Amino acid sequence: MVSTGYCCSSGIGSSGKRAIDKLKINHDYGGGKMLKIFRKTLVATLAVVALMATTVAQARVDGNTITLGAAVSETGKYSTNGKHTRNGYNLAVKRINEMGGVTVGGKSYKFKITYYDDESNSGRAAQLAERLIKQDGVKYMLGPYSSGLTKAIAPVTEENKIPMVEANGASRSLFTKGYKYLFAVLSAANQYLEVAIDLAVEKNGGKPVKIAMAFEQDAFSQDVRLGIVEAAERTGSKIIIDDKLPKELNDMAATLAKVRATRPDVLVVSGHSKGALTAIRQISEMKVDVPMLAMTHCDASKLAKQHGKKSEYALCAAQWHKSLSYSDRFFGDGKKFDSDFTNEYGYAPPYQAAESAAALLVWKAAFERANSFDTKKVRDALALTDMQTFYGNIKFSNAGQNIAKPMVLFQVRCEGNKCENKVVAPTKWASAELVHPIPKWSDR
Amino acid sequence: MKRNNLILYGALLVFGLMAPFLFPAFKLQISFMWILVILALTWDVQGGQMGYNTFGNILFFGIGMYICASTQIGLFFPLEEWTASGGEKTFLHTPSQYFLGLSAGLVLAGIVPVIVAALIGYGILGLRGHYFAICTLGLGIAAGELAGGIEIIGAGQGMTAPPWPKGIGDTEFRSEFFYFLTFITMLATFTFLRWAYQKRFGLVLNAIRDNEDKAEAMGIHTMRYKILGWMVSAFFLGIAGGLVGNMVGYIEPTEIAFTGATYGVFMILMAILGGKGTLWGPVIGAMVFHIFKEGFWTFFLGWQYVALGVLIVVIVIFFPEGIMGWLREKFPERFGEVIDEADRKAQVVLK
Amino acid sequence: MDLLIFQVPILMVQASLDGALLGILFALIAYGMALQWGVMNIINIAQGEMVILGGYIAYTMYVMGIHPAYGVIVSPIIMYFIGWLLYKLVINRVVDRDLFISILATFGISILTQQLMNFIFGADVVVAQSNFGTTLLFDGMVTLPNAKIFSALISIIFATGLVLYMKKSKLGRAIRATSQNARAAKILGVDTERVYATTFGINAALCGVAGALISITFTLHPYVGLPYTVRSFMIVIIAGLGNLPGVALSGMGLGVFEEFSDYILGTEFRVGSVFTLLVLILVYRRFRLSRKREYLE
Repeated sequence: MVSTGYCCSSGIGSSGKRAIDKLKINHDYGGGKMLKIFRKTLVATLAVVALMATTVAQARVDGNTITLGAAVSETGKYSTNGKHTRNGYNLAVKRINEMGGVTVGGKSYKFKITYYDDESNSGRAAQLAERLIKQDGVKYMLGPYSSGLTKAIAPVTEENKIPMVEANGASRSLFTKGYKYLFAVLSAANQYLEVAIDLAVEKNGGKPVKIAMAFEQDAFSQDVRLGIVEAAERTGSKIIIDDKLPKELNDMAATLAKVRATRPDVLVVSGHSKGALTAIRQISEMKVDVPMLAMTHCDASKLAKQHGKKSEYALCAAQWHKSLSYSDRFFGDGKKFDSDFTNEYGYAPPYQAAESAAALLVWKAAFERANSFDTKKVRDALALTDMQTFYGNIKFSNAGQNIAKPMVLFQVRCEGNKCENKVVAPTKWASAELVHPIPKWSDR
Repeated sequence: MKRNNLILYGALLVFGLMAPFLFPAFKLQISFMWILVILALTWDVQGGQMGYNTFGNILFFGIGMYICASTQIGLFFPLEEWTASGGEKTFLHTPSQYFLGLSAGLVLAGIVPVIVAALIGYGILGLRGHYFAICTLGLGIAAGELAGGIEIIGAGQGMTAPPWPKGIGDTEFRSEFFYFLTFITMLATFTFLRWAYQKRFGLVLNAIRDNEDKAEAMGIHTMRYKILGWMVSAFFLGIAGGLVGNMVGYIEPTEIAFTGATYGVFMILMAILGGKGTLWGPVIGAMVFHIFKEGFWTFFLGWQYVALGVLIVVIVIFFPEGIMGWLREKFPERFGEVIDEADRKAQVVLK
Repeated sequence: MDLLIFQVPILMVQASLDGALLGILFALIAYGMALQWGVMNIINIAQGEMVILGGYIAYTMYVMGIHPAYGVIVSPIIMYFIGWLLYKLVINRVVDRDLFISILATFGISILTQQLMNFIFGADVVVAQSNFGTTLLFDGMVTLPNAKIFSALISIIFATGLVLYMKKSKLGRAIRATSQNARAAKILGVDTERVYATTFGINAALCGVAGALISITFTLHPYVGLPYTVRSFMIVIIAGLGNLPGVALSGMGLGVFEEFSDYILGTEFRVGSVFTLLVLILVYRRFRLSRKREYLE
């Protein structure tokens, strides 16, 4: 029997004829017969979705591992600092596991981190946090790199009541929203460089100074800016240049030319690693003389190594420096951490790596004190953290901010062609005297 | 055939309605899939049906996002204080304020982009070919950069969308709520376009794609239709933007709102992958793309861009007609491409 | 709004010179773009990534202890072959297709390249040091980094060389013939396939030169290519296709415009104003062209 449904297709034999057939195409936007085909596609699609659904793990403590989730930039503009963050996390996980892991209820557990790549994109970061929590069943989170991304993730972890210990989101606005599940081991962004302004005022004989500043258009740098604005108000100083650099920043010649024309007492620049390198490159090339140059991300961008003598006398804010006299039983002191990290990854750890490693120490201590895997109990234990690590003291305020640790300022200093970061403030750890004002380029 | 149609539509509808309960862990993931479907569908109005390859439709998405969030906040609280210092102050919406704000915000998120599209349409839709493509590319990037300089919407610090009010269900309820909003928006977009493509509107858009000068010569006011088409896209994109802003909770000018490098390009890829110029192509393309992409991100950590890059190259080189085009080539009769036997024979004889 | 530049007019000199030097470098990249666009009708989104890749080649030399300035010789040679290979692998399949297909295909190449560079050269932001020093003008009020002057000179040399090559050499003539009418050229015995491959290779080589120059004047990172792509677009569009001297002029114009908008509108609007300008130029063109059409009628 030949069914009537067959008649049409039987007419098409060779492909040569098809060209003619096409002339008679009858567009059918309503769907019509084409829908049949899609049913297959659709069924396949649904099958894949269903397959994905079944892979959802339930609890994140299986056997003897505790899984922490983290979305860290592997690609995109923060890939440099994302790498530092990941290396810090990994080194700490390795060390803690080697030294017996985490003891909960008399049993020893090992840490494991599930990573995703947030592509340096805050939208993506928020989506991945949701994914880690909902799909992968992660119950404990580590922070991403940068304030902007932490800002995007925090609402997600908060809503799902998943505790997050973050080490790289310094924006002050993170700590004013009443988040209960967010803990930051680092000092807030506004504290980064206000010390520098205080120093400048002090060196100016207590008189107000003129400030020029250039900050990248992103959450972190803009928060550093807020700190400067407040410090300026407090000391009665005047801000004469207030530039916001675009994210694709490559050229800040205009800002620097303005600086030369207006002669401020302090120049403050912040724009992650690229900002630090661009600033030193152009300041040295344009021979811009300022008595004080304060920046961020000098160690993350390996400023002293890449720019050598050109970067001398730059003053940098850091959360940590290897010469600080803190210690713990996992990493020993800062110097030990520095050499361990260098052995492992082949470069000296910037503070981003140190604070990330510290986040794991906080987690371990909290699990052991809570003696439970219940997120609520672990959160409460986190809130009561009061400990010393190689990275510094850690004690959280009600808002989850670490209030037990000051920022340090270091200055790039060179001997011959070898340049190093030397701590100049606070005086307790100072290994060098602040050079102020910076010698003019014509004398260098 | 009609019956099959009904079954398919019904099955899809049921899947859409049941999904959040069947796969509770994937609610947000599927919500984003619907958003991507909206993006692909609205891009196809220009890129597929009208033959105007735009890179700038993300403009309306971003505008919608900012307008929606600003309305939600501005109706009840001073917007300036909300965004000051990177959003340090928090105000809490009561449930009624929240829902009132959200509905007003979404309505405006639809309307304002439509007005913008109407205003700039005359200037920009007069461009042809790659000049149009690049002009719209510039439009999208410029919008993101300019938004990053405007203080009242948080500038480079970004702004937060209002948090979910206390006392209305838990987080599951919130995700379900937004899931259904996105699903309904997607359905509305699809249904509207399906209807519009069957009307004169669709025919004119196709005429513009096939030969704009001839269409004009036949007395069709092509410009009017081009602007109208852009306004339609802008409307649905704006609403989608408003929803995404609320779902993510944090709005960043170049990374979430005017994301030319991700959503801006993805919408084009999805439409091409599915088959541009068809109604179902963008839908399928978006779904396949989303699932594929999420797969890459899990299994190719760090390599996902390599995989995505290769995928893009392969799609555009080997499947420029997309999945639908390939299927149509393969099974023309199933697409209602009726072969008129007599006519075919007549043509053969003519040869 | 900042009116400092009007109060201190010397800044205008600085801004103009900075902008012009920057613009010449952009123009070099735009040259390659104009060439391939004109000849092959390809818009290459991966242009910026090719520039950065060229920069990394120079940077690798710097790390090995060779002065990065030699990168302007080595980098284009390597990049020529990379470009040629890329043509054989991908571009030849999109060359006679819709322009839009080439945009998407090269977008795929661009994200692929970014990621591969991230793996090969690492995620760090890097700079190469030329130690060329600085030229001081007007009692140190205007400073010109010698590295930028060097890069402008090299750009001019390469651009002039290219123009001469196109005029004088046999292959150059073949390229021009192909750009005027590919079919006719083919009929007259021009191996268009070879012409295309060469053109794409030359474009990649120009990107290599520009990249080597960027390694000593700006910074390198795997993900910073896009600004170079879009700026070279703009330059080509402002100049108009097939207008090579125009490319140099519009490049410098763009550079100066950027610097001035930095001073006057504020740095945060720099990129925004560039792209707003692009949109305005295109829309203006359209209205001018449509008026022309009315005259004809």
